[in-house]
Amino acid sequence: MSKKFREGAISMNTTWSRWKTILTCAFLVLALLLCDARAARALPAGKVMAIPAFARKYGLPCSACHTAWPELNNFGQVFRDNGYQLMNDRDSPIWQNPSYFPISFRITPSWHRETANNQIFDVPGTTTGGAIGAVTQSGFDLSGMDLWSAGTIYKNISFVLLPSSDPTAVWHFESAFIRFDNLWHSPWLNVKFGRFELDNLISEKRFLFLSNNGGSYQIYHFDNPGSSNNFGYGDNQIGVELAGHSANSYTRYSVSVLSSNEGGVNFTTDVVPGAPPSNRTYDVNLAFSQAFNAPGPPGESGFGLERVGVFAYIGQRPTSYQTLNGAQLVGIDNKPFYRVGFAADLSYKNLELLPLFMYGHDNPYLGTGLASNVPLPSGAQAPTFYGGFLEAHYYLNPQNVALARFEQINVGQQAFNNIVNGSGSNGNVTAYSFGYRWYPIMFSRGGVALDGEYSRVRAIGEVPLSGDGDGTVANPFNAVWSSSIYFGIDFDF
Amino acid sequence: MTLKKFAVTFALGSVALLTAGARLSTAQSHVNSPDPLLGTPSVATETSNVDGITGHAESGKHLYRRFCIGCHGPDGNGQGMNAQWIDPQPRDFTEATFKCRSTPTGTLPTDEDLYNAITRGFVTTNMPSWRPLNPQQRADLVAFVKTWSPRWAKEKSGAPLNIPPETAITIESILHGRELFQKLECWKCHGPEGHADGPSASTLTDSKGNPIKPFNFSTGTRFMCGDSNRDLYRIFMTGLDGSPMPSFADVIQPNDAWDLVHFLRTLQVALPNEELTLWQTYKAAHGKDLKPIGPDSAGGAQ
Repeated sequence: MSKKFREGAISMNTTWSRWKTILTCAFLVLALLLCDARAARALPAGKVMAIPAFARKYGLPCSACHTAWPELNNFGQVFRDNGYQLMNDRDSPIWQNPSYFPISFRITPSWHRETANNQIFDVPGTTTGGAIGAVTQSGFDLSGMDLWSAGTIYKNISFVLLPSSDPTAVWHFESAFIRFDNLWHSPWLNVKFGRFELDNLISEKRFLFLSNNGGSYQIYHFDNPGSSNNFGYGDNQIGVELAGHSANSYTRYSVSVLSSNEGGVNFTTDVVPGAPPSNRTYDVNLAFSQAFNAPGPPGESGFGLERVGVFAYIGQRPTSYQTLNGAQLVGIDNKPFYRVGFAADLSYKNLELLPLFMYGHDNPYLGTGLASNVPLPSGAQAPTFYGGFLEAHYYLNPQNVALARFEQINVGQQAFNNIVNGSGSNGNVTAYSFGYRWYPIMFSRGGVALDGEYSRVRAIGEVPLSGDGDGTVANPFNAVWSSSIYFGIDFDF
Repeated sequence: MTLKKFAVTFALGSVALLTAGARLSTAQSHVNSPDPLLGTPSVATETSNVDGITGHAESGKHLYRRFCIGCHGPDGNGQGMNAQWIDPQPRDFTEATFKCRSTPTGTLPTDEDLYNAITRGFVTTNMPSWRPLNPQQRADLVAFVKTWSPRWAKEKSGAPLNIPPETAITIESILHGRELFQKLECWKCHGPEGHADGPSASTLTDSKGNPIKPFNFSTGTRFMCGDSNRDLYRIFMTGLDGSPMPSFADVIQPNDAWDLVHFLRTLQVALPNEELTLWQTYKAAHGKDLKPIGPDSAGGAQ
């Protein structure tokens, strides 16, 4: 959010702020209660929205592919694994109505309230930072926008192009790839080329939380305090992927070779201008998962599909740069790191549980942020961390889902054994989120979801991922608590 | 943020979502329906039995609502909201008339027939393969589909067709099949070369009066009801109920039916197969001696 907005929020009279919050919520309640439920009967119900471009193409209900949009169920996974094809001899675009065009968009107007404590701000009436406390913001807002285009160019040649903007309409290519499917008529051989999400069993791009604090998996973006490593397991990467699956996608594997630049373009480490230059090495990501059916008690249907998987990411990052007049040209002196873990997608009738565990290990030079052409200082060591999350979804029906998540990340070994912050828990993160998504309008041309969330993150010695507050930690010995209350109307056409 | 402020904000928001959700769900209710989004089935409950798996309609109902309602509709009559855009139209389960069966024409299919249809899907239509659902889920769907028509409570499924072992693939078999293709007037719909361009092709309608096209053998697409020779045998011995494709079970003998299967394979020029190879070799040497198929071959095609 803008500095001006933030300042305005800080200077609010606290009593008026409280009343404004209550009034805002009251208006939201009123608006929802007055929504024309009779007219809504005419709405097509019983379908969850998908990327509506696919729903329009195939005429299927969106709930066919999604447990709750945008999370995929196994039918959606098979569809995706087949290269966005149903394999019904009508996948090639030559069979489509010429007026059909594979584009969808998604954006979420919202009202949210963000609070972060342990922040520094100016003493009122001065321009000198000296006060420590909580920074709170609230108001109506917009999310960024996704402009999806995906489908098949020809039978067994598929593509995704996803220009995505931030709320101020600064655009980048979140995903852009071409995929050659079912090579040699085998589902075990598919090659993807471009920028894409890693083959995560639990996808952060397709999950159900939207708020600043709940809208990302902390461990997918975690690096030890002081590390120069910019890797995030949840970030899209750029490279080539070989993937395969059984006919029903119960068994899946993928091997990706990726530039060591965090999905950056133009030989930099990001997708926006001004990013540092990348290095010249490559990373590898490996993923494997297996699903099986869990039988239920005698006389009852089964519990559902259970999937377990393992993953490993082995990468390198530069510790210094080849320069010209001090300006960085190319990353060099690369040092390794890795992330390994396991995850699962477990069902017990209407309850879905998503556990994940990850272990991370960085080279000491990355952990200390030092160039590898100088000796390590005394006490420097390879930093490690471990942790994960447990997320739960309860599907009352395809239109209503209740959500909860708990995350914990512990730093196993600090980059310095004589850590100056005085605590081995420096960098530890605890997070929890609760939410509810209701899909009042769900049909194959578009859809709307109302999303309510409360999320809270506790980070020790580090700025929370949410970016709330002023971006500093006033007292590194104390935790920063960052919380979000969020109501959004998520719509997709 | 104070605890009080958080509590007020979150509680109000939650109440808003839940209240509006309840209002909308109520507004969408069908009268007397046990599920607010589904119509009232004709049969209270059903089970299915497929390969030792027992399917339950109650479980299948939730799956139907998630996966099937968009095309087959909340009342199971094929009038889902997507139906208007779909050709061919989705199956009307209230009639309990199914194309792909192992049972005689006019009878109900077996549970396994429905299970296979869900598993296989129908190529060139909007019905995909639901193999990604596990066997139990597919069996549950079969049980629920059977609740839409009272026929399932009153009638038993027909006896599955007994398919004898396939006869040898010989040129004599293919030539005899070609004669049958002429004699049984298959060409009137499917066309002399199997291009779906026979003189009757443009006039065909299904049992609901919707225009329907005969199968075009030359495109390389698979058969809707399975792609093996046994599947093809079954198709014309049971007929495709609800479509103009009749059953020939009372017209031809099993050996003749296999001959017809072998000839039909030669029409699938885009799909390499044993019959086609044999036929092309024969045709290269004897093609000029063959009588054309069609109205001018009253005395037989050979």
